[in-house]
Amino acid sequence: MAVRLEVEEIPGGIPAGKVAMWWFLASEIMMFGGLITCYIVFRLGGSGWAEASNHLSMTLAATNTLVLLTSSYTIVQAFVAAERGSAPALRRHLGLTILGGLIFLGIKAVEYTTEIRAGFTPDAGIFWSFYYTMTGLHALHVMGGLVVNGVVLLTAGTAIKHPHRVELAGLYWHFVDVVWIFLFPLLYLA
Amino acid sequence: MTTATAEHVERGFWTTYVFSTDHKTIAKQYLTLGLFWTLVGGLLAGAMRWQLAWPDSAIPLMGEIGPEVYNMLVTMHGTIMVFFVAMPILLGAFGNFLIPLMIGARDMVFPRLNMLSVWTFALASLVMLASFFVPGGAASAGWTAYPPLSAKAAYTGVEWGLNLWILGLALEFASFLMGGVNYLTTVIALRAPGMTLTRVPLAVWQQLAAATLFLLSVGPLIGGAVMLLLDRTLGTGFYAPELGGDPLLWQHLFWFFGHPEVYVVLLPALGFVLEVLPVFSRKPIFGYRWIIGATVVAAALSFIVWAHHMFISGMDPRLAMPFSVTTILISVPFAWVVFAMIATLWRGSIRFDVPMLWALGFLTMFIIGGLTGIFNGSAPVDLYVSRTYFVVAHFHYTLFSAVVFGGLAGVYYWFPKMFGRMLSGPLGQLHFWLTLIFFNVTFFPMHHIGLAGMVRRIANPLQYDMLVPHQWLNVLATYGALCLLAAQLPFVINLLWSWRAGAPAPRNPWNAATLEWAAPSPPPHLNWGPSVPRVYRGAYEYSVPGEREDWLPQDLAPLARSR
Repeated sequence: MAVRLEVEEIPGGIPAGKVAMWWFLASEIMMFGGLITCYIVFRLGGSGWAEASNHLSMTLAATNTLVLLTSSYTIVQAFVAAERGSAPALRRHLGLTILGGLIFLGIKAVEYTTEIRAGFTPDAGIFWSFYYTMTGLHALHVMGGLVVNGVVLLTAGTAIKHPHRVELAGLYWHFVDVVWIFLFPLLYLA
Repeated sequence: MTTATAEHVERGFWTTYVFSTDHKTIAKQYLTLGLFWTLVGGLLAGAMRWQLAWPDSAIPLMGEIGPEVYNMLVTMHGTIMVFFVAMPILLGAFGNFLIPLMIGARDMVFPRLNMLSVWTFALASLVMLASFFVPGGAASAGWTAYPPLSAKAAYTGVEWGLNLWILGLALEFASFLMGGVNYLTTVIALRAPGMTLTRVPLAVWQQLAAATLFLLSVGPLIGGAVMLLLDRTLGTGFYAPELGGDPLLWQHLFWFFGHPEVYVVLLPALGFVLEVLPVFSRKPIFGYRWIIGATVVAAALSFIVWAHHMFISGMDPRLAMPFSVTTILISVPFAWVVFAMIATLWRGSIRFDVPMLWALGFLTMFIIGGLTGIFNGSAPVDLYVSRTYFVVAHFHYTLFSAVVFGGLAGVYYWFPKMFGRMLSGPLGQLHFWLTLIFFNVTFFPMHHIGLAGMVRRIANPLQYDMLVPHQWLNVLATYGALCLLAAQLPFVINLLWSWRAGAPAPRNPWNAATLEWAAPSPPPHLNWGPSVPRVYRGAYEYSVPGEREDWLPQDLAPLARSR
């Protein structure tokens, strides 16, 4: 019986994967949204938060913001390359994106080490509890994104035939970026 | 990505029964796991009731238990029944089985993600089961795990039990997130030709609403659970006032999820009942679009009612009034659905088959639970009854009626489609009447015990002088609970016997109009023959004037009317 699961595209032309990704991101937004709301409510009701925040390195975090934003640009370039059907350009831009993610994690590791050495461990106060939980969960999401991007890189041959694979990875990577755009001012600047 | 071709048809034992991507097999895997946990959760409840009726006497098979073990029983009974019974059976089993069949798809849109979801749930089950056997025993901080009790191992004496509890729930959430994304995308992307959104059966609509609620409410609790785990392991201070945290934060995060979660469980059950009522009344469902509208309104409202669980928690008392208002408001859309159900019955040609009995059981019991909900939702009354057995009675009348009465309406109705055999009618009747009677014997007295002042989670009511005169009601409830457990025996016998030796089920034993009855019983792999069915009409065209038959299947072409 030559039976097929024939439907993949929805009538409007949006691939199913994209619908699923948006539902997934909606629940992720609720998770980070919940954490960020808790942080804001606690911070508005407490004192001593700005002093604690002053111990963070603005330079490193600003560099990290720049790195992550740049990697969002390179993954857009990767999608453009996939749509053009150019595997080398796709690999190059995905490689740069992954490099950006790795640099971000590297700088984050340096930050954590400096802070812990200075005695600011997760149990050093409520600001630090929030700081490590929020940036830690974000870092886990960066790692997840690196795995996704890595898989797309290894299967670049398939990805130029199905550019929406790169688009989905890009959607997720942008989400990781957007979360950081919220975390940076809330934790470092405020 | 989802193209399953002919090679899928040649499948071995492992890919057919174990690592299957077939939505019907996955449904049965969820059902099996859910029924296993029902047994565990039911036995825990039996032990609790024994302790409450005859405190500190030896429980059969368990011996004497102290208050610590009783706390564990309460915690694990609640956790298991909500997350490991209601969700896998109502969403996991029926969502998986019904959605593709009812919308005319060959499978879920992401079959492998579906398989990952059920195996993640199996892993969650394993972790939760293992938590009973680690030193210190399973979690005992209540199914709501309020800090500070849950935030430090020293307070309950449970170290790994509670950590595993968090891990098991995290895996369970991951499993149902995958499932929810799959359900929503499948209905958006894979509907058969002609299956417009206003022809989609209400059971599917309710699954969609439930999946959306779960996806949007669980995030903050995942964040909260990470904080709890870090408080326990790294010494962070989210819930510790001495470190600048606040125990109430957990209650807010838990109930922001917890209240939508009860609708995650309720809505699928409503969906089953909404399917069964028109079929056995031989009438179209009353107010199809209004029911969908009411569901959406209730789902939206469920995000702004959570603090009604916290009226006596010490939160800002100014919050009580707005949350009271939204809570009482939410009974409007639900009353709407209930009235639509009653109006469907009105002047119908009612057939009292077993699925219909369970549906009517749901309707009557749920109304009782809904009415006590109005008492609990009103802050001044709730200050008096909060955390008493009145609340326990309330949520068993709502949740037990949803999960057991609604769920069994689904099991008795769709068993022929799932397994290709009919269930025994007389055994089903016996099961229904015994369950209905002993359910009420168990839970109705709890209203009174609660109003008399018995709070939840106490292990020995006889320690309180004011409860001693009411102890006979505790004993009565316990006899009811033990009989209620025994009343499930006819069901187990019926399931096993009919599964092997029941009468072969015809394609459409109930003369129902929805699409799943157009597939063979049981449906083959990929459900439909060479092409998927085409849909011409709504899901509930019963007793249409001028027609020879009193039902018009959704895939019946208009031309065939003149035959």
